[in-house]
Amino acid sequence: MKKRIFIILLLLFANCTSDEQGYQPTELPIEIPEVFSTYLIPPVIPADNPQTVEGVALGRKLFFDKILSADGTQSCASCHSPQNAFAENLPTSIGVDGISGTRNAMPLFNLAWNYGDRFNWDGSALSLERQAEEPVENPIELHSDWNNVVNRLQNHPEYPELFQLAFNTSTITKELTTKALAQFERTLISANSKFDRYTLGQASLTPQELNGLDIFLREDKGDCFHCHGNPNNPLWTNNDFHNNGLDATFTDLGLGAVTGDPNDNGKFRSPSLRNLAYTAPYMHDGRFATLDEVIDHYSEGLQNSPTIDPLMKQIAQGGVQLTAQEKADLKAFLLTLSDPSFLNNLDFQN
Amino acid sequence: MKNLFWHLLLTVLIFSCNDDNDGNGLRNITVDFKFTHTWDGAVINDSNFTTSVVTNANGETMTIARLRYLISRIELFNTQGDSFTFDGYKFTDLSDTTTYDFSTNNAIIPSGTYTLRFIWGFNEEDNLDGAYPDLNSASWNWPEMLGGGYHFLQLDGMYNVDSSPSPYNFHNGTARLSTNPNVFEQNFATIEFPEEIVLSENATIEIVMDIAEFFKNPNTWNLNVLDTPLMPNYNAQKMMQENVRTVFSLGTVSQ
Repeated sequence: MKKRIFIILLLLFANCTSDEQGYQPTELPIEIPEVFSTYLIPPVIPADNPQTVEGVALGRKLFFDKILSADGTQSCASCHSPQNAFAENLPTSIGVDGISGTRNAMPLFNLAWNYGDRFNWDGSALSLERQAEEPVENPIELHSDWNNVVNRLQNHPEYPELFQLAFNTSTITKELTTKALAQFERTLISANSKFDRYTLGQASLTPQELNGLDIFLREDKGDCFHCHGNPNNPLWTNNDFHNNGLDATFTDLGLGAVTGDPNDNGKFRSPSLRNLAYTAPYMHDGRFATLDEVIDHYSEGLQNSPTIDPLMKQIAQGGVQLTAQEKADLKAFLLTLSDPSFLNNLDFQN
Repeated sequence: MKNLFWHLLLTVLIFSCNDDNDGNGLRNITVDFKFTHTWDGAVINDSNFTTSVVTNANGETMTIARLRYLISRIELFNTQGDSFTFDGYKFTDLSDTTTYDFSTNNAIIPSGTYTLRFIWGFNEEDNLDGAYPDLNSASWNWPEMLGGGYHFLQLDGMYNVDSSPSPYNFHNGTARLSTNPNVFEQNFATIEFPEEIVLSENATIEIVMDIAEFFKNPNTWNLNVLDTPLMPNYNAQKMMQENVRTVFSLGTVSQ
């Protein structure tokens, strides 16, 4: 009898040792593309959520799993589709209850290079981990409850083991779930557009595309670059907040509703211009169906308001007044920033 | 006996490590820099710059939405003519107080009497297109067709705010003299302070930027004529270069 108890204790001890003490998930450093390592400072990886093989795999499974929604009908990917560069082709997203929200689903890529670490159109999420919390409970999105979600995951036949592998514990929490989602999202890197290859000397641009770049960079023409990057800032966004003249009066205060500062009313985060070919419709409310409409807006559709960004310099004339040819050239350049390989990367699929 | 020997050796070593004197009565001291910002003497900082309404020398009422600037090659000269250049450059964003101060790893100099100077922006040797990842990441680049490199200043806001507000984009960098072919002119400025600074202890030197001076001296700026676009405007760029010379002054030296 004593011998049997000894063996049981020995087995328990051995089990604890292997599961709780000796095991470490496998580190998976971010693979930094050459155009980023050459021109940009390193990405932001929180010290308390390092990238691991198992964490990313878990995050990917969670991202595509409808278990996060109240009725099991939607996942993160329902509104952030890989085929749309993790955006959506609807102006505003429709949640599990069939209710339409007020914002366009933002595309998801190069998120670890958002140095200000403020996410969402209005900057309401102060880290990628926190961003992942909100849609789960939002009544017009997944309309779930984190306690329920955690219970479901805990009672799932696979997830406890996957959390064990990713975080060395099979006790599932909201915090670990959002950490895994953030780890996966940080792997969504897009840096293989035609323009990236042009930067690396592996492709050439047409005269029209080069002229479009000129318009993009010229302060007396498009002047897009002050907010949307440049050949030496291949993120193609400053991730900052601007009132870009969409409305004379605001139905959505954007950053102002988050900070409470009236000076921030009507300001929204500059989205990256990468992958525009796949992320229509455009703007925070998806009001523009096409890229042509976007260019028309900056050319002659600006609306004045008290918080208009001074970079909308020709507000008095309604915009920068591009000719039809200049608009076509600008559009041709913008499309060189799209990266088809990002859509087809098997690591990013369900 | 052996222990006593090692004790004595250790004591000698510790004393020689602590000795800051260089044999001439000079001590090694550290120097940091603190930048403050004013408009005609009134303090402008992250808490008030977007809400303050100021009036420029030409009588136009203005607001400031964004102010970022670059200086480099901060340098102290002692009375023997020795130069001590501090590593790195300083990129300041008025909305971010963590960018107001400047410290470097090599900021140790002998005590003594010094004068101070620095470069507004980058000089030709330093103003290399795309060479600085932190500045690229801040979208601080100056377009290649205007000479490339980096902005020296980005000052955006509205003027005539008491009547009919209009945007201004007061941006400074390399000046383009002509096109076809492109001819560019370096547009940095060397900012020198005539005051002697006596440094005997670890010190923090305050440098004051009076933003109003950009619009005042020697060129009274008329925003109704020169508001935007100013980056490709050669004359505007050279006027900014002239006006920046009186923007900075020496503040208090704490030690």
